[in-house]
Amino acid sequence: MYVAVKGGEAAIDNAHRLLADRRRGDRDVPALTLDQIAEQLALGVDRVMSEGSLYDRRLAALAIKQARGDLIEAIFLLRAYRTTLPRFGYSEPVDTGAMLVERRISACYKDLPGGQLLGPTFDYTHRLLDEVLDGDPAVDVGLQRTDAQEPATHIADILGAEGLIEEDAPAAASEPGDINQTPMEFPLSRATRLQALSRGDEGFLLALGYSTQRGYARSHPFAGEIRIGEVDVELFVPELGFAVPVGRVQLTECQMVNQFKGSAKVPPQFTRGYGLVFGQSERKAMAVALCDRALRAEELGEEVVAPPQDQEFVISHCDNVQATGFVEHLKLPHYVDFQAELGLVRNMRAEHEAMSGSEAREAAE
Amino acid sequence: MNIAAPQASALQDDSIEQPLLSVRSLTRYYGTRIGCADISFDIWPGEVLAIVGESGSGKTTLLNCISTRLPPTSGTVSYSMRDGVLHDLFKLREADRRFLLRTDWGFVHQNPADGLRMAASAGANVGERLMAVGDRHYGHIRETAIDWLDRVEIDAGRIDDQPRAFSGGMRQRLQIARNLVTAPRLVFMDEPTGGLDVSVQARLLDLLRGLVNDLGLAVIIVTHDLAVARLLSHRMIVMKDGRVVEQGLTDRLLDDPQAPYTQLLVSSILQG
Amino acid sequence: MNAQQRTSTYNFAYLDEQTKRMIRRAILKAIAIPGYQVPFASREMPMPYGWGTGGVQVTAAILGPNDVLKVIDQGADDTTNAVSIRKFFERVAGIATTTKTSHATIIQTRHRIPEVPLTAGQVLVYQVPNPEPLRFLEPRETETRKMHALEEYGLMHVKLYEDIARNGHIATTYAYPVKIEGRYVMDPSPTPKFDNPKMHMSDALQLFGAGREKRIYALPPHTQVVSLDFEDHPFEVQRFDKPCALCGAEQVYLDEVILDDRGNRMFVCSDTDHCESRRAKGYRGELGGAQ
Repeated sequence: MYVAVKGGEAAIDNAHRLLADRRRGDRDVPALTLDQIAEQLALGVDRVMSEGSLYDRRLAALAIKQARGDLIEAIFLLRAYRTTLPRFGYSEPVDTGAMLVERRISACYKDLPGGQLLGPTFDYTHRLLDEVLDGDPAVDVGLQRTDAQEPATHIADILGAEGLIEEDAPAAASEPGDINQTPMEFPLSRATRLQALSRGDEGFLLALGYSTQRGYARSHPFAGEIRIGEVDVELFVPELGFAVPVGRVQLTECQMVNQFKGSAKVPPQFTRGYGLVFGQSERKAMAVALCDRALRAEELGEEVVAPPQDQEFVISHCDNVQATGFVEHLKLPHYVDFQAELGLVRNMRAEHEAMSGSEAREAAE
Repeated sequence: MNIAAPQASALQDDSIEQPLLSVRSLTRYYGTRIGCADISFDIWPGEVLAIVGESGSGKTTLLNCISTRLPPTSGTVSYSMRDGVLHDLFKLREADRRFLLRTDWGFVHQNPADGLRMAASAGANVGERLMAVGDRHYGHIRETAIDWLDRVEIDAGRIDDQPRAFSGGMRQRLQIARNLVTAPRLVFMDEPTGGLDVSVQARLLDLLRGLVNDLGLAVIIVTHDLAVARLLSHRMIVMKDGRVVEQGLTDRLLDDPQAPYTQLLVSSILQG
Repeated sequence: MNAQQRTSTYNFAYLDEQTKRMIRRAILKAIAIPGYQVPFASREMPMPYGWGTGGVQVTAAILGPNDVLKVIDQGADDTTNAVSIRKFFERVAGIATTTKTSHATIIQTRHRIPEVPLTAGQVLVYQVPNPEPLRFLEPRETETRKMHALEEYGLMHVKLYEDIARNGHIATTYAYPVKIEGRYVMDPSPTPKFDNPKMHMSDALQLFGAGREKRIYALPPHTQVVSLDFEDHPFEVQRFDKPCALCGAEQVYLDEVILDDRGNRMFVCSDTDHCESRRAKGYRGELGGAQ
């Protein structure tokens, strides 16, 4: 009986106890360590850091373990923790041009300064299940480059030298917004949209980006450049008067190059879509770049015809912590409202019966 | 005192002899391209003005600028509000402009779906403006809606149907009723007979002419169809490439066109 | 009432003081403009969006160590989510909690207003899923904000008109829109319309928090709250045929409880504290049993 849900303090405690039991699973199987998760499920950890909006591999691994591998639940845990952390300041903008790249590819040129560096990619693997991984086979160490890294110029800078691609928008006169500190008010600036996209749900953005390729708000993209690697994070310390490095983070950056017809004011040139996310999350960075470009429709004078171009639609629905909360809140009791609807339906049915009864009498007369 | 008196009465006469809407040097650019340029005219209470021209002549741009749906690049549009004072429309607060749009003005779109709430009933479509200006009596709103459906020749039995279930001609008549229910003084129409069959067009034009005469409406109607202009309008403006090529009384202009372009337009219709 | 030992890893009432100040500023603005939705930088909370994060943030921002907190969901103190939120504040604020409406200084609620009139000094905090009363008529935030700014509420009445045209009466039973001091149209949160009259001229301060939608709005004490209607179809609240089966209360909101699979059911007070207080005073309904 549903009323059993009432008086449920003990029931809740018991449910939590059972959850802990199921999370641990068979006690004869050794418990996962956070190191194992961080080292061997690293891309899952990266996604949790990126959408959890907190760069900490150990905490992300802990969240994945606690969430029984449910990544959205893990993202939620990380976000709820992150919200309690005091804010010391804002880092200086990171310089992805100076990135220590582990992977860097461009689909626009066969070769380019700095070279095509494939890095640790699934791209050319055959997707055949590898039974050997059932055990713990010895794995060769990856080869290391011996010479120094050739500077890897951003492809946008190469195209930009010829004026073929729009220039990077000048840094806004005011500080970029912060979606954690200020309520979002539409229309949003591009900087604000990019923040929201960067921690948006990978699946949602992937599907939206995909829809632009299938003709909804088509923008003719080329993967101008994707790079993955570590960059220095620096914090300006007023007491010192200069910026000091506080650590390094791994980032994935995607620059899409898109066609643009030009307008009365602007000659035809390529435009950009941009994506930057924590960790190695190439699919996500590409999806963000596609969505970013689609969301610039109004700015570029393009007709807004499809959902990926609609910032209220995209940004209001891309956060999976918000989305999962509201979808799952349907599980909460709603019996007070349901009672109100129940009463109304009963009244309306009674009225309907009374009316069809009188119609039947009239027909008989 | 004796000298001042006639001046005062002259001033009063001036305010009676004041146009309802006054357009001066109105210009709208799209980038470097001209939408419409240097347009000036007045419209008087009860007058029907047709703006004609082929597509791309700037007539819809002009209509959108006058009705404040599009900001002009330069020039002014003034309207004589119910206080009798001419106000520059683009200096009004948005709240006042929107109030004007839903009370003293009407806008009949070529496509009825742009001017109707397709998911609301016909009665609600007609009643919305009444409710927006504060009518809170359901019975009165419903009676008024039934009255207006009757006036635009829609069966009162269809009052709870959605416009989706209506034919093109019915939708257009519903849109007209929705606009006229608050007794506006000025109605803008953008090709109101555009998408309709010829026989349906004739009936709608007949209805429009009757309503305009009965209610003493001022109308600014954009059309490419000289027959529509001849049937409805007192005065005409002919546009080409964003500029006025000729304006004057409709009968005079159609019977004795002066500008070569107007002559071409009129002769093509007569031969066609 | 029982004061709890609070978890010391987090700041008092979970949120850091900077965030609380931000929320309090939004609350003050909301109180200054009754019925107006104030945007605020809503935070992630350790419970999911849609489960009361807005109410929890408002409560966390106004909670002091001497406050006594009551949390209800569907009118009841012992529903799962009410239990969970009450435990949360016991843990992170160590404050005293109660189920007695009259003992509470702050009452956080989802879907109900207590039956006993609230008094001066009490604060009722509502959990709000969709703060925008115009949302289902106009999906676009930029447009609805403009509609509020320009007081364009005709569309709201279009919906009520359609209800009457279709059903002969207004068919909205909960989240029934209200107009505040003749200015803003406001969503009362999904409380049944039965509770709307309780909002009008209440002695208590009423605060509304929508976490996912990042909005706070408020009704200061003694604010005029009018449910939208037509002159010839005035606003009416639900009526129940029978009194509460347990305590015999009339003119209260009742829950339907299914007793078996043969269609037997009983109707009992949705406000559990109200029902228990009445029974403690000796009132009995038809299934209330002997004292």
